[in-house]
Amino acid sequence: MTNCPTLIVTVGLPARGKTYISKKLTRYLNWIDVPTKEFNVGQYRRECVKIYKSFEFFRPDNEEGLKIRKQCALAALNDVRQFLTDEGGQVAVFDATNTTRERRETILRFAEQNGFKVFFVESVCEDPDVIAENIVQVKLGCPDYTHCNTEDAVADFMKRIKCYENSYQPLDEELDRDLSFIKIIDVGRRYLVNRVQDHIQSRIVYYLMNIHITPRSIYLCRHGESDLNIKGRIGGDSGLSARGKEFAKALGQFIQSQNIRDLKVWTSQMKRTIQTAEALGVPYEQWKALNEIDAGVCEELMYEEIQQKYPLEFALRDQDKYRYRYPKGESYEDLVQRLEPVIMELERQENVLVICHQAVMRCLLAYFLDKTAEELPYLKCALHTVLKLTPMAYGCKVESVCLNVDAVNTHRDRPSVRFTNTHPLSMSFLTVLLHRRHPLNSSVNM
Amino acid sequence: MIIYKIPLSSHKFQYISGKFQIWNISKIPQTKFPENFRKSSRPQFTNCPTMIVMVGLPARGKTYISKKLTRYLNWIGVPTQVFNLGQYRREVLQTYKNYEFFRPDNEEAMKIRRAYASNALKDIASYFTKEQGQVAVLDATNTTRERRGVIINFAKEKGYKVFFIESVCDDPEIIEANTMQVKLSSPDYENYDKEEALVDFLKRIDCYKMSYVPLDEEKDRHLSFIKIFNVGSRYLVNRVQDHIQSRIVYYLMNIHVTPRSIYLSRHGESELNLLGRIGGDTGLSSQGQKYAKALAEFIRGQSIKDLKVWTSHMKRTIQTAEALGVPYEQWKALNEIDAGVCEEMTYEEIQATHPEEFALRDQDKYRYRYPKGESYEDLVHRLEPVIMELERQENVLVICHQAVMRCLLAYFLDKSEDDLPYLKCPLHTVLKLTPLAYGCKVESFYLNIQAVNTHRDRPTVNRSQATLLLTIHYLLICSRAPVQKPSPA
Repeated sequence: MTNCPTLIVTVGLPARGKTYISKKLTRYLNWIDVPTKEFNVGQYRRECVKIYKSFEFFRPDNEEGLKIRKQCALAALNDVRQFLTDEGGQVAVFDATNTTRERRETILRFAEQNGFKVFFVESVCEDPDVIAENIVQVKLGCPDYTHCNTEDAVADFMKRIKCYENSYQPLDEELDRDLSFIKIIDVGRRYLVNRVQDHIQSRIVYYLMNIHITPRSIYLCRHGESDLNIKGRIGGDSGLSARGKEFAKALGQFIQSQNIRDLKVWTSQMKRTIQTAEALGVPYEQWKALNEIDAGVCEELMYEEIQQKYPLEFALRDQDKYRYRYPKGESYEDLVQRLEPVIMELERQENVLVICHQAVMRCLLAYFLDKTAEELPYLKCALHTVLKLTPMAYGCKVESVCLNVDAVNTHRDRPSVRFTNTHPLSMSFLTVLLHRRHPLNSSVNM
Repeated sequence: MIIYKIPLSSHKFQYISGKFQIWNISKIPQTKFPENFRKSSRPQFTNCPTMIVMVGLPARGKTYISKKLTRYLNWIGVPTQVFNLGQYRREVLQTYKNYEFFRPDNEEAMKIRRAYASNALKDIASYFTKEQGQVAVLDATNTTRERRGVIINFAKEKGYKVFFIESVCDDPEIIEANTMQVKLSSPDYENYDKEEALVDFLKRIDCYKMSYVPLDEEKDRHLSFIKIFNVGSRYLVNRVQDHIQSRIVYYLMNIHVTPRSIYLSRHGESELNLLGRIGGDTGLSSQGQKYAKALAEFIRGQSIKDLKVWTSHMKRTIQTAEALGVPYEQWKALNEIDAGVCEEMTYEEIQATHPEEFALRDQDKYRYRYPKGESYEDLVHRLEPVIMELERQENVLVICHQAVMRCLLAYFLDKSEDDLPYLKCPLHTVLKLTPLAYGCKVESFYLNIQAVNTHRDRPTVNRSQATLLLTIHYLLICSRAPVQKPSPA
């Protein structure tokens, strides 16, 4: 996607959402397969100065403090260089205030020396409510203030912000017109975008312009149990079983009880999700992108049949389940690419219920919970269970609600033992055995 | 002879704006058809119509942006139309005398201008209500706050959203280039010579300059807009309201005006092409390999600066690119349309084994989805990131497939959904597209290597609703004709 590594540099006073943006952006880029890492200078400072005393450390006339802070920044830049040059990283997010032109010059020189592109992300906000909310959500719980009570912590933090205010030189349309940057004003009300250089910067700008911080929840669930599920067959486009229909009704009741404001409902274009949504009695939108992973030649087969007909393929899949592509079908990697517009729209929306499929739900979950490509294909997404995701602080709160309607278990664990000399075929045989032996699968016919 | 009887009252028909459409029957779920079931592969972008209002002095690229944006929105399935006030003026005035018409103290002209501006707004309302339009682009200078106020009030009354696009440019070179490219050849200056036209046009710009009030960060902070500075080196984006506005902003931030060319070609003739079979993933035939070499020679002969080469993930495009001896990028999104259950069949076999499907496809080739496969509509959706990246890039050679190439071509040449599936994209031919003025210049290069013809023309049968059944009947009779030697037709 990009030939030389990119250094994203945040700019802004404390409590302007720089770390929130850094973490979210890093999560998104990693999900779309761009190796990204964030480097938070505050962390480096905490490692250097073990105990935080007070805002005095940040006073502009505190010589000692300034020296330590500069050292920390340089240490972070050093790690950035290592990540981008030696560890195959493509994007590094340098998360610090970087409020002076002088500091930004240092970074630009560093980047030039190492052949990195630089893109600044500045967050400007003067709304006292937003700042206060930030402080309450993430600052009070941070290691700096564990020994403080709330009032003292807030007072100290406000004084900390003051230390930066006097020397703050925001990015300027004129003076910085040769730099590449986006200025985010008032949490996304307004953006100033200057000199986007390449594809990845364009994607980053698009992403930043679509995220928001309005409180909301995303509900993820699979369709109700389907006829093919009962037969232990994968893929296909069958309708709901009797238990699946029960689940759809239970889902309708659950959603009503949650009293969700302006809920949007999305399904795929396959019968089983549509039938599940029908029972809710509310309008819903169909996305082809939410269709289940295409198992190609293995569609509608049972795992045992796949093993018999395509033993090598079956074993290869267990070797690298994320990248393995079914012959004439798709891989999880392909799924992620196909789901990117869904994620982008989920970011734009507020309360949404997504009724989808096992592999699709794993991909979406991996995005929200920051799971790696290795973990993604083994995330547990059981039938008849709703996951409620609520963004909180820097991450996502997950509540799992099982709607108490029985269903088969369609989960296959990662092969737990790695015998390097053993033929992969025997490993996959074992996992199939375990899948068959699961109590809920007793109705599966061989 | 098999006759399919499909009662018109069946839920398999849906009445959409005056036309009957048969749904892809095998895709109908077993439960009752929900009222809001839509076959399209894309969700709603916006719930109420949107007016895009251009703002800017003459020669700032407003019409260029209007036309390009409209082309893009129509391609991704959002019915959009441009309403260019210059056109309205020319219809009212018939002949253009000189810049004096635009003088701010010309009362009579002002009256005329307000009148046709108001007509344009009426036409926009009619486009939204009677023609199911979703986006209307009002292409005019709209340089005063007063005029923008009129538009905003109109939109508020009718319940339309408004999004402003302002183009600000003070680089005299760019303005002169614009003027030379599109203004001097406009109908207004038919009877002028070049020098006089330029002088008059500059005086015209001056008429607007005095009263020009650009969109302001502070005063207009409640409006939704994007300000584009100096052809994209900087953007100011304010209050994006919804999905479609977000997509518009993303698109505008990715287009550029640097001169470049896009080369589109299919893979060389493949083994399955020779057998008259569709889809699959075979390698090149010997003719196909000859083409790959010829393509390499052709590309070298063109001496293209920094050419990027893109292929799909399928063998036949990769093998074609290999012969070029330059680095190339593989895009899964460029893979050929998935023919589902019909993969690797000949058209005759499809007719024999899936006669109903075959007929349905000819009814609406754009929206028809192969069972377990894709439609052209799905293809367009899948190709959108490719188009976005093509807009960002400069010189690119895309080696792809018939259906894919039709979709890309339709985007560049502004072809409708009806025309798209029948565009001619023969094997062994390179199309060179060069953006020019408001459109695209196309040069076709047939590299003189023989290949089979894989094109199927649009069926010439009348498809009115009364003859629906007869049409299928007719096609079935045709399919019973003796099978010719394997050459897809």
